Amino acid sequence: MSLANETLLEMYWVMLLSRRLDERAWILHRQGKIAFHISGIGHEAAQVATGFALNRGTDWLVPYYRDLALMLAWGLTPREFMLGLMGKSGDPSSGARQMPSHWGLRRLNVVSHSSPVATQTTHAAGIGLGAKMRGDDIVILTTIGEGSTSQGEWYEGVNWAAIHRLPVIFLVENNTYAISVRQERQMAVSNVADKAPGLGLPGFVLDGTDVFEVHRSVHEAAARARSGEGPTLLEARVHRMTPHSSDDDDRTYRPREEVEEMKAQDPVNRYRNTLMERGVLDEPIDEEMQAKAKSVVEDAVEHAEAAPYPSVEEAQYPVYAEDVREAIHG
Amino acid sequence: MAEITLIEGVRQGMDEELARDDRVFLVGEDVGPRGGVFRATQGLFEKYGPERVIDSPLAELSIVGVGIGAALYGMRPICEIQFADFIHPAFNQIVNEAAKLCYRSNGEWTAPMVIRAPYGGGIGGGLYHSQSVEAFFAHVPGLKVVIPSNPHDAKGLLKSAVRDPNPVLFFEPKKGYRLIRGEVPEDEPDLTVPIGPANISRSGSDISVFAYGMMHHYCLAAAETVAEEGIDVELVDLRTLYPVDRETILESVRKTGKALIVYEDNLTGGYGAEIAALIAEAAFTHLDGPIRRLAGPDVPAMPYSHPLQDWFMLNPEKIAAAIRDLVAY
Repeated sequence: MSLANETLLEMYWVMLLSRRLDERAWILHRQGKIAFHISGIGHEAAQVATGFALNRGTDWLVPYYRDLALMLAWGLTPREFMLGLMGKSGDPSSGARQMPSHWGLRRLNVVSHSSPVATQTTHAAGIGLGAKMRGDDIVILTTIGEGSTSQGEWYEGVNWAAIHRLPVIFLVENNTYAISVRQERQMAVSNVADKAPGLGLPGFVLDGTDVFEVHRSVHEAAARARSGEGPTLLEARVHRMTPHSSDDDDRTYRPREEVEEMKAQDPVNRYRNTLMERGVLDEPIDEEMQAKAKSVVEDAVEHAEAAPYPSVEEAQYPVYAEDVREAIHG
Repeated sequence: MAEITLIEGVRQGMDEELARDDRVFLVGEDVGPRGGVFRATQGLFEKYGPERVIDSPLAELSIVGVGIGAALYGMRPICEIQFADFIHPAFNQIVNEAAKLCYRSNGEWTAPMVIRAPYGGGIGGGLYHSQSVEAFFAHVPGLKVVIPSNPHDAKGLLKSAVRDPNPVLFFEPKKGYRLIRGEVPEDEPDLTVPIGPANISRSGSDISVFAYGMMHHYCLAAAETVAEEGIDVELVDLRTLYPVDRETILESVRKTGKALIVYEDNLTGGYGAEIAALIAEAAFTHLDGPIRRLAGPDVPAMPYSHPLQDWFMLNPEKIAAAIRDLVAY
């Protein structure tokens, strides 16, 4: 399917916004204003293209912690991200209980996830099972890093979806590193997608810096899911252009040249250049968007800094569903 | 009133909930045409079909993980773990996911589901078909842990568990599946037993005995034995282990002044330790003897060989002896 220029620019906007928010989070950490940040820099093209290929708001999303750009594409606001980052009241993911970037957004069918990796994979299969039982026309997207596909949890979830032909897309954001451990120490196959035939579903390797390739592939996988043909495994090859998290120092395990090489393939720059070549974007529009991104980030930071912390009483609730009314409505 | 077995109570409870609410479905190993290895789901596949009585792959964490996903979508799964001994691969899903979803999402997401598992020994099951696992889960806020001791409660508590908006672990005393019989009204389609309250199954004045599941059954027999010797036992069937009914426990101890806690699991760090701590903290001045625990030995699990199994297992004689000993203190 061809994308309207307006949509192409909208995708660029979300990528840009994600990059600027992410960069600001690193600065806030270095300033001692936040305790933790986990970055999605380098993953933006794959995430935004994926989000835009699905029915955001109707389809379901079971994400992982590196998905800032995907969450923004899905409808998380910059202010909401900053509230979570600073542990402030109003964080929609967890009421500031979880570490930052542990997403969840009930209003848009984004399921809450935890820190132990791959636990979300069986949840996606279960949501798919529920949708199939009810005959609902939805697709479930679940994301994960390549290292986490070493978990038995991941295999069990994908296996379920394949057996029951569930409408699930398993997107693996392969950035080569699981903290410090390279892909070669995670699996004997060259691609995560190579695991798909053994589990009985189609698997494809994608250039995760190519917005168009990812968008097209996700769109096709969604069509397959909606027509009852079952799940698809998509592996987007991306670059993790930063350390794993604000607590990591990647100088101990990867050469600087490699990082420099990655930066030369920055997916946001690549997409900007493509849009310029196509005449969809020009310098004045770009400058305008850059300026707007800066002010939106500034607004989000100011908003979150001014926001109160949750009251200590809130930490007691809601342990059980019966507490929910009390917790949310005070 | 018809007399049925404990497992029939479980089966009836599931049958009625499946009929009542089309969001309810069963998932587990061999729950389909086979009707479960213990026959807890017998006839349900034929009645409700393969979409609502689902044979899972032989992978326990996926039974729970897929159940959580379905619950998030609005379904009401009843997940069966074939033996409690095999629940450990699903520990991460139960403790890190199901239990924490409500809290970690500030109430935006919950996992209303039931996880059933037969537990306990005395059936020649050796190390891996005999375990009691309740202590692992009764430590975890966000979970509810229920263990019925008779057919009536098995049915009524299971129906309440299905309707509960939280994840409920439902451990069934497998030795009692066919051994424990009891009357259950036939014409009461909405028979439920609330999760939470303990049940004083025998009122007495000399000593309070706290138990659940199979050990409750043995404690009843022991209480009858010592009654002939003039010892009047108050027996409390805890039924819901978490959150526990503190008031009923404390009220009983205040009345009798003596507390014996009986559980089949290993002694150390077992569930009874929490009851002992509760009594020590909140009813100390009412005690006229030490709080005692009678439990399994601290070996890794129950041996297979008959005499070794008997050595591990409690029985009414061992319980009666512990009652006499504490009453004489």
